[in-house]
Amino acid sequence: MLNTETMRPRGPIVIDIENITKHYVMGEETVHALRGVTLQIHRNEYLAIMGPSGSGKSTLMNMLGCLDTPSSGRYEFNGKDVSAMDDDELAAIRNREIGFVFQTFNLLPRATSLRNVELPLIYAGIDPVTRQERAAQTLRDVGLGERLLHKPNELSGGQRQRVAIARALVNNPSIILADEPTGNLDSKTGEEIMALLENLYQAGNTIILVTHEADIAHHARRTVHLRDGLIESDALSEATEIQTLAFT
Amino acid sequence: MKRFLYELTESWKIAAAQMYANKTRSMLTALGVIIGIVAVTLMGTAINGISTGFDKSMAVLGDDVLYVDQQPWIRKDDWWNFRSRKKIKTEYAEQINRMIGAAPKSNLLIAVPASSWFRSVKYNENQVNNVYMLGTTSDFLAISTVDCAKGRFFNEIESRGGANVVVIGYDVADGLFPSENPIDKMVLINGQPFKVIGVNTRQGTFLGLFSWDSMVAIPLPAFKRYFSAQSESEIRVKVKDKTKLAESKDELIGYMRRVRELPPEKDNDFAINEQQAFKSTLDPVKNSIAVAGLFITGLSLFVGAIGIMNITFVSVKERTKEIGTRKALGARRRTILLQFLIESTALCLVGGLIGLTFAFFMCLAIGKALPSFPIEISLGLVVTSMIVSVLTGLVSGFAPAWSASRLDPVTALRYE
Ligand SMILES: Nc1ncnc2c1ncn2[C@@H]1O[C@H](COP(=O)(O)OP(=O)(O)O)[C@@H](O)[C@H]1O
Ligand SMILES: [Mg+2]
Repeated sequence: MLNTETMRPRGPIVIDIENITKHYVMGEETVHALRGVTLQIHRNEYLAIMGPSGSGKSTLMNMLGCLDTPSSGRYEFNGKDVSAMDDDELAAIRNREIGFVFQTFNLLPRATSLRNVELPLIYAGIDPVTRQERAAQTLRDVGLGERLLHKPNELSGGQRQRVAIARALVNNPSIILADEPTGNLDSKTGEEIMALLENLYQAGNTIILVTHEADIAHHARRTVHLRDGLIESDALSEATEIQTLAFT
Repeated sequence: MKRFLYELTESWKIAAAQMYANKTRSMLTALGVIIGIVAVTLMGTAINGISTGFDKSMAVLGDDVLYVDQQPWIRKDDWWNFRSRKKIKTEYAEQINRMIGAAPKSNLLIAVPASSWFRSVKYNENQVNNVYMLGTTSDFLAISTVDCAKGRFFNEIESRGGANVVVIGYDVADGLFPSENPIDKMVLINGQPFKVIGVNTRQGTFLGLFSWDSMVAIPLPAFKRYFSAQSESEIRVKVKDKTKLAESKDELIGYMRRVRELPPEKDNDFAINEQQAFKSTLDPVKNSIAVAGLFITGLSLFVGAIGIMNITFVSVKERTKEIGTRKALGARRRTILLQFLIESTALCLVGGLIGLTFAFFMCLAIGKALPSFPIEISLGLVVTSMIVSVLTGLVSGFAPAWSASRLDPVTALRYE
């Protein structure tokens, strides 16, 4: 397997983290969730973060998604230093640059698909008419044109995750972060969601996928393995290698 | 700015949806506010009513009339000190009027005598007891604010001649003539026949204080003829300019000392009373009632506010994950703070509106049951109670909303 450093993927760097650590102090003992992670992610990459439970995947993902700040290390997002930002600045970055897809969908239970997808646009200060149009269009793009006014409990799991993906996409973010997006779905529906992510990747989106399932990670073009808060390996998947080689 | 507006509208929608989704819980919580607002509003109305009632009763006394009495209305010393004083005679009025006429720059306009006592008035089978009967002259019209709804006040000829005519108050007319026109009917006062020539316009009574409604007025000579054995007299003096009440009072004291022939070393053996002195004694009482009343009813609103605070804390706890999600999607601290503040405020506003509606109907009912109590819901009171509801919402929602806005997004997202 080839190392990424030698591979030079296309596009500018979106995420640049260097020697990031994160520890949690729990009473007497300190949990080191990340022990020094260095990673660069370029525009239009499809990256999977893998590793056993407790290896720090979610912690890293929260860090990448600007939900959390590192204990030490440097984090630049689109060239801007994120590690020093305050809560509201981070909220602005999350709103404009990052689309989250959660394992548990995290839709607002009493809101329609449309209102759920509108939410990031409200926080971005988009006017109601544009907001509705864009939310509806994005829902149509993920194949839910018929379900605009349905509430989450009137939708299947797969459809809910599609709404969540539409919500992640609607602000045209720089990256889409998906934490175990198929974890709550049966394998067939899971495959449909993976196909949707594949389409988004093909359309030029940058996708970061957190999973512990090799079958799911397999869809990504590059896989980072974590163990005990450290990167164990970082490699292009085989299909990509062949593809990339064929191009060179 | 625009963004703030969108967030605001969104927050109101969420608040409405939240209330709708938790109907029972919201209603129970709002109940505290409803009770609080009803209590505070009713108390406010009552205080308003008491205040209006006092003012109305005071208005009967007139703010430009000085009362010469044997005793001050508000006694600071022992009652016995005044008891030994000479009575006020109705003749003083003429003497004072002569002095006023002789003083070209007098601050006083006219002095009118008034004798009074309580009597029963009878017409056929109907009788009204404890009627405040006033014997006065036709000059009384010049100092009184009261006018006749039907008929007229007695004229100078009737007044001098002491004709057996009577002007009766509204309640007296109501008691004696439930279904007849009182004008020109003969009533009996202590067995003496008097012809009704006028009925006063309704003034409304308040705690039985000085109301015209339960009075009758007859010419002074007639009063003396039949009732002088038991009576009390005073002189009422109208001033020209009520802003110069102090000077007017001094002038009147001078005249009275001459009338009473007091040597300079002797103290006044009479009292000059006025509405203002009465009022300034009553105002602190009125204010203490207001403060105590609002404090006690305020407590019930406070309990309501605690209910709101509690339910908002519960709501924050229940929706921790939602808060995390919203933060992940770009909601800032201020957005979350605003959202929960609006939720608690919306709850209080609904409670306030319902409470106000209840209070309104209760006021109507009280007004029906006790027509003499001057109860009224003013626009000011409506606005005030709405402001109070909003403030209650903001204050009680602040602590939970603040804790929600401070939640760490990662912790909130992990919350199950
Ligand atoms: N908020 C936290 N407080 C304390 N310890 C935490 C917290 N979040 C994560 N950890 C610890 O950090 C380590 C990595 O956790 P996590 O990133 O969730 O792993 P993964 O997602 O790979 O299962 C684990 O040992 C976990 O217990
Ligand atoms: Mg995890």
